[in-house]
Amino acid sequence: MADEPLVLGIETSCDETGVGIVRGTTLLADAVASSVDEHARFGGVVPEVASRAHLEAMVPTIDRALKEAGVSAKDLDGIAVTAGPGLAGALLVGVSAAKAYAYALGKPLYGVNHLASHICVDQLEHGTLPEPTMALLVSGGHSSLLLSADITSDVRPLGATIDDAAGEAFDKIARVLNLGFPGGPVIDRYAKEGDPTAITFPRGLTGPRDAAYDFSFSGLKTSVARWIEAKRAAGEDVPVRDVAASFQEAVVDVLTRKAVRACKDEGVDHLMIGGGVAANTRLRALAQERCEAAGIRLRVPRPKLCTDNGAMVAALGAEMVARNRSASAWDLSADSSLPVTEPHVPGHSPAHDHDHVHEVSKENLYS
Amino acid sequence: MLLLALDTATPAVTVALHDGSSVVAASSQVDARRHGELLLPAVDRVLAEAGLRLDAVTGVVVGVGPGPYTGLRVGLMTADTFGLALGVPVHGVCTLDGLAYESGIETGPFVVATDARRKEVYWARYADPRTRLTDAAVDRPADIAAEVAGFPAVGAGAVLYPDTFPDARAPEHVSAASLASLAAEKLAAGEELLAPRPLYLRRPDAQVPKNYKVVTPK
Ligand SMILES: [Zn+2]
Repeated sequence: MADEPLVLGIETSCDETGVGIVRGTTLLADAVASSVDEHARFGGVVPEVASRAHLEAMVPTIDRALKEAGVSAKDLDGIAVTAGPGLAGALLVGVSAAKAYAYALGKPLYGVNHLASHICVDQLEHGTLPEPTMALLVSGGHSSLLLSADITSDVRPLGATIDDAAGEAFDKIARVLNLGFPGGPVIDRYAKEGDPTAITFPRGLTGPRDAAYDFSFSGLKTSVARWIEAKRAAGEDVPVRDVAASFQEAVVDVLTRKAVRACKDEGVDHLMIGGGVAANTRLRALAQERCEAAGIRLRVPRPKLCTDNGAMVAALGAEMVARNRSASAWDLSADSSLPVTEPHVPGHSPAHDHDHVHEVSKENLYS
Repeated sequence: MLLLALDTATPAVTVALHDGSSVVAASSQVDARRHGELLLPAVDRVLAEAGLRLDAVTGVVVGVGPGPYTGLRVGLMTADTFGLALGVPVHGVCTLDGLAYESGIETGPFVVATDARRKEVYWARYADPRTRLTDAAVDRPADIAAEVAGFPAVGAGAVLYPDTFPDARAPEHVSAASLASLAAEKLAAGEELLAPRPLYLRRPDAQVPKNYKVVTPK
């Protein structure tokens, strides 16, 4: 519908410069420039390299998104940006761009939460999010179980990984098996031809006294690596397909078991899965199977919307506009540890204005 | 002509408006860790003071450093994006040139040095306030002692290291007012300004933080 909010979203929390444009819950553009290749030789994302790349990529990526969407910047109803969590210096580049763009166009600015955006992006795929929605976010950077009662104002963390992110475990096991990078897709591929019950790897934090919704993948990672090394030491061939299948099964078993349990415990009948690991076919299949058995509806966006992108930020921004949430102030800061309980960073309420020496003039542009 | 000038390459968050003949409004705040928060409100304040709106601006001038990266990028990203949104040119000026212009030292040579942290300075040598003799560089003060000996020096980098710079003078930080005046003078003379790209002068630190996204070589 033409009267739904048209919002541009900017994402720079890690190594992707993402600019997306949505109208309400409709995706119009999803432009991403990645600096992943520049980090590869360091074995991980180098913050300064990411920040430098964001600065160079930003203006061309905004241009590309506008062209892709076929809209004019002056028709936008708001600019949304990831205010956190993420790499501080990288976030600051996106926040600086979003502020300048919003100010120059005379549009409201919405600083939003990266994790809440990962949940909200599903609106672009499957329509309005049910309330409440249970969300399992799994990627190379995060693994968390979140309960969203209102994606613009009420997101509660139920559990998270206490060590490695799920995606990290895939990358590390792929490296031990000499399968290259990234680990997720290649393990998924080998696992299809392997036996998931061939080797019983440990399921982390699933004991009766363990935290019900927290995750741990570090012990599993070590266990798989030791098993492979023992085979090699004994001069035996490593059954790569069976190892991949059994390892993957251990990860997705725990993820889906805990997610379904959280839905049951909280009486929630929808589960959304987001983040890069949501592309894993076994995770999708097992989640589907277990959700069906438990009477839960599963929602997983297409892979390109699961990884970091600007469209997810725009999706949450559009929801902020639609629900009349207050815009952020011009002194919005990048917050590398923004808690998920803050889906957006509203401007200062008038009652607290005396605290802020740097209050901006009420007389805005184009007013 | 209406130039909006800004610089975040030194601890100062500084903004000025220049109409081609003089500075019409300016703001400078010193807070090395809050460039991101302070810059946009400062732009807003300076425009309000001049009774103008951003769409009256015909060009943006930005200090390209050298300076500490995180702060430096705030100014450059803001200038880039203003240029995109307003459809006006963005001109880069070396931040050290702004300080040299502001120094008022008419009989050179002299040195400009700012704080590069890690016990180093960003610096260059000047013949007069408009003429830089060397490329901007980053060095330990002791290593350039011979090159700067006997010259007066301006900037916080000079103040910080009196052994190398015994004749340190004001100003410590650049002002966008000087940057704007210098740019206006150069533009009027038909001179080419710099591209609005950062002068980092150092390679990025290749340190991967713990518990962050892992990327393994292909
Ligand atoms: Zn993410």
